[in-house]
Amino acid sequence: MTTQKTLGLPFRIWIEPRLSVPAWLSPAISVGAIIVALLLGGVVIALVGGDPIATYWHIGKAAFGNLGVFSDTLVMATPLIFVGLACSLAFRMKLWNIGAEGQFYMGALGASAVILSGLVPESTPRPLTLFVMAIAGLLSGAAWGFLPGFLKARLKVNEIITTLMLNYIAIALVNFFVFAVWSEGGFQMSKTFPRTAWFPRLSDLSQQFPALRGLTTHLGLGLAILAVGVVWYILYRSRWGYEIRLLGDNPRAAEYAGINIVSNTVLVMMTSGALAGLAGMSEIAGVVHRLQTSISPGFGFTGIIIAWLAKLNPVAVIIVSILFGGLILAGREIQPAGVPRLIQGIILFMLIASDVLLRYQVKIERVK
Amino acid sequence: MDPIIILQAGVASGTVLLFATLGEIFAERSGVLNLGVEGMMLMGAMSAFSVTVATGNGWLGLLAAMALSGLLAILHGIVTIHFQADQVVSGLALTFLGTGLSLVFGEGLSKAGAITSLPKFSIPLLTSIPILGPVFFTEQSVMVYIGYALLPLAWFYIHRTRPGLHLRAIGENPTAADAMGINVYRLRYAYVAFGGMLCGLAGGTISLAVSPGWFSELTTSGQGWIAVGLVIFAQWDPWRAAFGSYAFGALRRVILDIQGPQTLLGFPNPFFINPYWGFFMQMLPYAFTIIVLVIGSRGALRQRLGAPAALGVPYVRGERGH
Repeated sequence: MTTQKTLGLPFRIWIEPRLSVPAWLSPAISVGAIIVALLLGGVVIALVGGDPIATYWHIGKAAFGNLGVFSDTLVMATPLIFVGLACSLAFRMKLWNIGAEGQFYMGALGASAVILSGLVPESTPRPLTLFVMAIAGLLSGAAWGFLPGFLKARLKVNEIITTLMLNYIAIALVNFFVFAVWSEGGFQMSKTFPRTAWFPRLSDLSQQFPALRGLTTHLGLGLAILAVGVVWYILYRSRWGYEIRLLGDNPRAAEYAGINIVSNTVLVMMTSGALAGLAGMSEIAGVVHRLQTSISPGFGFTGIIIAWLAKLNPVAVIIVSILFGGLILAGREIQPAGVPRLIQGIILFMLIASDVLLRYQVKIERVK
Repeated sequence: MDPIIILQAGVASGTVLLFATLGEIFAERSGVLNLGVEGMMLMGAMSAFSVTVATGNGWLGLLAAMALSGLLAILHGIVTIHFQADQVVSGLALTFLGTGLSLVFGEGLSKAGAITSLPKFSIPLLTSIPILGPVFFTEQSVMVYIGYALLPLAWFYIHRTRPGLHLRAIGENPTAADAMGINVYRLRYAYVAFGGMLCGLAGGTISLAVSPGWFSELTTSGQGWIAVGLVIFAQWDPWRAAFGSYAFGALRRVILDIQGPQTLLGFPNPFFINPYWGFFMQMLPYAFTIIVLVIGSRGALRQRLGAPAALGVPYVRGERGH
């Protein structure tokens, strides 16, 4: 791509590879990409007869306008942090786990099963109930990550397709349990869980702190931030994280260094699945309080974009998740309904396209 | 549960997968992996249906579908061929983008109901062949016959013509192809765009012929991803792609029909007694895709066949070959 063109102009423009990347450039390009994406999204909204400025203003107000809606945004961000982490961890090893959506559903199913099957009776203390639910969600998600990890490691089966196919299978499986096993009076939902299976909310403390009244943010957010710390530690402070990063950056060197690619592939897929499973558990315990169909507006897929936007950095996942939580929350009232998905798609496209600016620079010079 | 009817309908719905799989074969043969098939198919289904509702002409609808899906594919081309972005992530972005665009522009379109503007007909003489006649040549949509015509053409083009040789060359060894004077960039753009157009045709085949109408994301319900899996199963060969596509089409039909009859092969039909078992039937196409990949991978491990050597690797002129 090192091409030089004069085009008969008094200056010449060419592109050449960058030798060093200044630290400020990468975040600046990401912000620039998002701004361009929002502009393009605005063009599409205008094309279908909407008012882009009013739409964006509405999204901003409905997501961050006051403490109440911001609390709702944090509720929406909670599962996104988990799935964003799940994708970041797997993508760091260049394992394309596109199955966070299915692992989310499996986590929700597992967490619900311990309650609805009567395994954990209503008399169990709340912390123990929630702990068992979290373990069940985590294990179910990990189990759903095991198969693609195993097939990838042993048979080199493309994990993108297997994780994606398992999404559809997980959703059908949840539908089966909702309709055939735990249906409440023939409706597409189970009975509501006992209070001991609900995550405490900020509003539960409104007796002592009246300012918290009506705030829906639940303990899942704390758990998600804890998970951020754990994933950060794994990736950047542990030996295992070093192996994951080396396998992602240079699999051949990793192999020469004696790192076991087979067991790491399976383990990373399972850990990624466990994180997405926790997202499902958190949503069940914190928001839905029962098992029902369509518990996710595509959280698992949004996790892919979040991971990419956060440059696979666990801490940045929190910030990006809050922004996207706001977009999904406010987007529910936006017509046409596809707008949030469209904006997400354009943002991801702009982000990867803009990466070229990190590798090459445009030079302009007067012709002497 | 008449097997002939199931196979006949299976060929019709398999035609969708056939177009999409062939399109992806062309893109991947040129060295570009495009995971945006689902998004391009949705875009195709929406635009074909929308234009047909507006103009009453299904052929115009199909043209629009091919043009718009082709444009989406060119976006993927720009990002991956010139900007050398990761083809996996770009393909995913394309799926999001195509889904979002088709949902936004397809808003309210589902109210239009179903329209049938593409003809269905039987082929004289061929229709009277036992078994094959009723399955392949009786009262099929014109799209099905287009599929039959495209199939040998695609095979012949890839394996027996000079441009086909160039196509394989840029996917196997772009550096050598470049040295031979082939314009790698231009050809990759062309085949990515052509693949996108076929995906658009696949989408249009759904919304105009196989299950007419616009049902937002449920229109494709993951068939684009199944097509991506079928390419690997087909080992990038059109004939194997056709076999896989029609087989999956028939499977989809069985799933739809199995809950109807009270008895199955003389036994009480479990899917009739307990319709909830149908949820497990719904899993089958996706489970079969995984199984098919596992079987394909065993073959691939044995003889390293099929995959274009430069698949997924951006070509940078002047850098040493991979």
